Amino acid sequence: MGVITLVMLGSLVVLAVAGAVLWGQQAGRADPSAVLRAPTTGHPLGTDRLGRDLLARLLAATWPSLLPAVAATLLGAAAGITLGALTAVVDGRAARLLGALITLLLAFPALLVAMFLAALFGAGTGGAVCALAVACAPGFARITQTLAAQVAGTDFMAAARVLGLRRHRLLLRHVLPHIAEPLMLNTTVAAGSSLVALSGLSFLGLGTQPPSYDWGLLLSQGLDRVYTEPLPAVAPGIAIVYAAVAFQLLGEMLAGAAARQARPHPVDEPVAHPEPVAHLVRTDRPASVDHVLEVADLRVALPTADGVVRPVRGVTLALRRGEMVGLVGESGSGKSLTALAIADLLPDGARATWGRHRFLGTDTESLSGKERRRQLATGMAMVFQNPASAFNPSLRIGTQLTEAVRAHRGTPRAEAVEQALAQLRRVALPGGRRLLRSRPFQLSGGQRQRVAIASASMMRPGLIIADEPTTALDVTVQRQIMDLLRRIRRDDGTAILFISHDIALVADACDRVLVMYGGTIVESLPAPELAAGARHPYTRMLVASVPDLAAERDHPLHSIEGGPPDPSGAAPGCPFHDRCPHRLDRCAVESPVLSPLGPGHEVACWQPPAAAPSHGRRENEEAQK
Amino acid sequence: MTTVSARPGAPARYHPWVVFCCRRAARLVVSLFVVVTASFAMIRLIPGDPVRAALGVDAPPDLVAAERHELGLDRSLPEQYVQYLPRLAHGDLGVSLVTGEPVAELVRARLPATLLLAVLAFGCVLVVALPGGVLAAVWTRGGRRPRTELVFTATTSVLAGVPDFVLAAGLTAGLAVALRILPAAGDLGSRSYVLPVLALALAPTAVLLRIVRVETLKVLATDYVRAARAKRLPAVRFHVCHVAPNALTASLTFAGNLLPALIAGTVLVEKVFAWPGIGSAMAQSVVAQDYAVVEASVLVLGSSVLLVNFLVDLALALLDPRSVIRKT
Amino acid sequence: MSTGSGLALYDVTVRHHGPLGPITAVDGVSLDVPQGTTVGLVGESGSGKSTLARAVVGLAPLCAGRITVSGREYGGRRVADRRRLGQQVQLVFQDPDTALDPRMTVRQSLAESAGAFVRLDRRSRDQRIGGLLDLVGLDTGCADRLPRQLSGGQRQRVAVARALAVDPAVLIADEVTSALDVSVRAALLTMLRDLQRRMGFAMLFISHDLAAVRHVSDAVAVMYLGRIVEIAAAESLLSGPRHPYTRTLLSAVPSLHAGRRPAGEPLLAGEVPDPAAPPAGCRFHPRCPVGPDRHPGRDVCAVRDPQREATGRPHRAACHFPYGTDDRPPEARHVPPDGDGDRTPRTPEDLPS
Repeated sequence: MGVITLVMLGSLVVLAVAGAVLWGQQAGRADPSAVLRAPTTGHPLGTDRLGRDLLARLLAATWPSLLPAVAATLLGAAAGITLGALTAVVDGRAARLLGALITLLLAFPALLVAMFLAALFGAGTGGAVCALAVACAPGFARITQTLAAQVAGTDFMAAARVLGLRRHRLLLRHVLPHIAEPLMLNTTVAAGSSLVALSGLSFLGLGTQPPSYDWGLLLSQGLDRVYTEPLPAVAPGIAIVYAAVAFQLLGEMLAGAAARQARPHPVDEPVAHPEPVAHLVRTDRPASVDHVLEVADLRVALPTADGVVRPVRGVTLALRRGEMVGLVGESGSGKSLTALAIADLLPDGARATWGRHRFLGTDTESLSGKERRRQLATGMAMVFQNPASAFNPSLRIGTQLTEAVRAHRGTPRAEAVEQALAQLRRVALPGGRRLLRSRPFQLSGGQRQRVAIASASMMRPGLIIADEPTTALDVTVQRQIMDLLRRIRRDDGTAILFISHDIALVADACDRVLVMYGGTIVESLPAPELAAGARHPYTRMLVASVPDLAAERDHPLHSIEGGPPDPSGAAPGCPFHDRCPHRLDRCAVESPVLSPLGPGHEVACWQPPAAAPSHGRRENEEAQK
Repeated sequence: MTTVSARPGAPARYHPWVVFCCRRAARLVVSLFVVVTASFAMIRLIPGDPVRAALGVDAPPDLVAAERHELGLDRSLPEQYVQYLPRLAHGDLGVSLVTGEPVAELVRARLPATLLLAVLAFGCVLVVALPGGVLAAVWTRGGRRPRTELVFTATTSVLAGVPDFVLAAGLTAGLAVALRILPAAGDLGSRSYVLPVLALALAPTAVLLRIVRVETLKVLATDYVRAARAKRLPAVRFHVCHVAPNALTASLTFAGNLLPALIAGTVLVEKVFAWPGIGSAMAQSVVAQDYAVVEASVLVLGSSVLLVNFLVDLALALLDPRSVIRKT
Repeated sequence: MSTGSGLALYDVTVRHHGPLGPITAVDGVSLDVPQGTTVGLVGESGSGKSTLARAVVGLAPLCAGRITVSGREYGGRRVADRRRLGQQVQLVFQDPDTALDPRMTVRQSLAESAGAFVRLDRRSRDQRIGGLLDLVGLDTGCADRLPRQLSGGQRQRVAVARALAVDPAVLIADEVTSALDVSVRAALLTMLRDLQRRMGFAMLFISHDLAAVRHVSDAVAVMYLGRIVEIAAAESLLSGPRHPYTRTLLSAVPSLHAGRRPAGEPLLAGEVPDPAAPPAGCRFHPRCPVGPDRHPGRDVCAVRDPQREATGRPHRAACHFPYGTDDRPPEARHVPPDGDGDRTPRTPEDLPS
């Protein structure tokens, strides 16, 4: 498409520059003997009422058609951008007035304003250009205003204002560079529509006046005889469309180039298994009937702009009935993708492979697609991080609560509503039917998250995956949500996979904790042991880095030096080895496997440091008390 | 903070709907005032003497003076304006400088045809673009079917670039003159609507198709669609109940802006098809320099655009009640 | 009463326009942050703590009250006024991803800030930038990177360096750690504390994370619905909270070390009320675990505002029935082991009333 666009634009430029020189004379030569001729080989488009060759006139008109259009666009853009940028710089009241003015001007279609002004300025090219410039200025002003408002609302602009930078500096240094790109794009597209509008004015007789001519006027003259001879009308039309489309495609191309920087490459290659042998050992564990979910060697590959990354690299986990397991890790550790892979909700393009995947006692690979969807729909539910966006804003709460039961269980409407009311009572939401009739935006964040939990437990699923369900909420609301999750676990025997970055919260709420780092689980241990009994160096450093209300106040916090591991997952060895204070030579070469260490305690480390923690000051103090 | 502001029972001094309607009405009144003033100013600001221009250069001076007096052009501007407003309120739009007929008669006879054309075209745009855009988005989401996406983008961008009057000329030449399938000009029954409506609707349809697709893609990437996907609803229910309503409310805002542009576009298209509407009357009077008619046409078209804008805003607010709170 | 140095707020009220009328986001807040100390400001979303921060740096206009820095008032909305204020007070924002101009390198951002009030030639500017990067523990190699090439923690360090480049008397840290990972968070907290000790500026540390606030602050103020409900020295407030809201807040914080929380502690009833129409009397009374809803006879809470009744104490709670009213011996104030004289926390005894 890029080539086509460039060819079209190039031809226009060549025609515009060379047209008048090559065909200008021929276009002006009247031939009284050949008036209003039909197309012949000598005159491929025929002649006009003075016997002038129409093809020559069409080609020579490129310059007078394009130049005013570009001039009008630039004038309008300059005026509009100035007006719009002013709104970002002037103070509140003036900015509101300018905004109201722009809104007022925008209420009138540009074409109508241009016609009005062209009539006012007097017919002629100059008048039409001015009219069009004025007519398209409000559009530019609005776009500039919107873009500038986006920039003005950012924190870095606030920071610049706090620095006391002067207005012109704010505008030149921070606002304009950010909005230049979309404005250029918009100008390109506007040049196309200006050309059309200007031709339209000429067509109406408000633009270029004879003896000058442009495509619009040629079209208008051709249209007078369209019933006898269509070509003189169609040819200028094609010229206008050609130029308009060229501008349109140029805008398209620029926008595409901007968007392409963010477009990921799809994953085509099959996902490689770097160390299959080590993990096969783990997948051979006997399946337990008590397990709701068993996952072995889960890997996820995700396409990004910088190539394929492997955020999940061999995760093995199992959840028993009624167990609440915390999956803890920092951003980029792969914890959310693990959850999405388990729920079969990976984003487009991502691929998951499994060593083993059993859910509710059946091997998911033995199921057909339809059976699998049904099993996931009835056996698993998810609670997402942001309650503000997890509900469809246009549907009532009641619909969103009941639709899954109705679709998968065939529950009649009335019964489903009763069930929903019972669930809402359980999550301590008053309001009953009135609440069911309300829409999501009428509820607060905490209320919405409670509705989300009610919705998740509607099916009485075997497993609820809660992906950072309290991160967007306040600490008092967080406590309510945690209590609710625990109650549902207790009442229904639902297993809960609780994903969080908050190690204290997980230790507080869960039975067992899985610590994730670099796409693998590095340690699995009972929650009460987390504070004192962690064995993996990463877990320990994580614990030591959390400020805690119960700890000595001036106790130094430990931070983990170095950065997160390479997301492509290409490096061999333990993902933590380059930040690990206890590393061995072996760690850089060979990746450790999650191995049992004690009852309910597994760790993936070649030489787990002894149970007495290295940063043991805190524990010693506690022992002394 | 949206949750707080919208909580039921919040003792607001005014209901958001009241605030919203008042503001929109105020804006409408101000805009109408601008249109009225502009159309008043037009005939008086045009360089040269419009009366002489309309009557011809060789018209006797006393006739021109009489005509000027008749139109009230020989008085001071404020005086003229004070007279102009009550006359306008009584539906008196003056008389044509060329034919001497009352302009109001002309508008009464021709406005319905124009509005009918615009509304029909708008209907076509909606009927094609709304489902079309959603389908296109669902087919091509997440980089699927890259070839379909390319064809879609190329076709719509070419069609969006075709100006309505050029398309009108092309359609006349092709379908009416060469193939003689449809009537070329005039209002001769239902078949004669096809070409003007097609000419008016095609480019806006292409534009709206693209917008609907982009909006749908945005909706498909939201958290709530992911949450709905987790419920594994049947595909039809999923798309119709969860995806489409949200994509369409956003798209309808754009569509609402297309309708005024369509009304303005009728001026050119009516000229091509000699459609007996207000637009072609305006085009003819521009050529004839009959500024009284041009003035009235600008006034009528401008006011209808503003009224339509107002109605579209109200309709959108009814469809999406959150926007009332957001916009006020 | 004013200490004459540091930041002082007197009855500051900030309103902004909500969709349904004005919302009083900050309502008559008085606060003193003496030079060389850190006051932590704690509250949940909607309590007005970020609005307060924006008001102090001049991003939100005051509706009533006044703010002094080093004893001087910086009013006025002209650019010159703003520049005078900017020299004294700087703000570090919550989200490091948006706080830096994505098109400016670290060097450009720091140079813009360092050169905002003093003219620097090329060499002294480069020196200054090197010094600033060193101050926040960043490699000089970072200077020519764009924000997107840095990690979240590094970006936040650059933001701190940019704020400190003008040598402000007051630094406001608005939720600076909430967008960061745990391991990075610890390093930033420690760095802020050390910088504050070394450079001696006054710091208002705003956060919803009580543990983080405790780690850096000398005194802590708790905000609820635009008002400060309790203010005291950090240890005193966190170990012996007297306002019921502070107590609920503290009990809700999960802890790694304190062991499993006993179940059945009071939960807050209901939702945070609409700030456009706050409850009469004590703003906390409809949800209060010791308020009129649970203890009949405490109708005073619904009628009278307790704000002004607790002055003159080192530990002030705006409550009619605070916990531990019967004058307990003042909590042993915690003097940090490595603290020298000038870090002795000044409790808000000398707050204006």
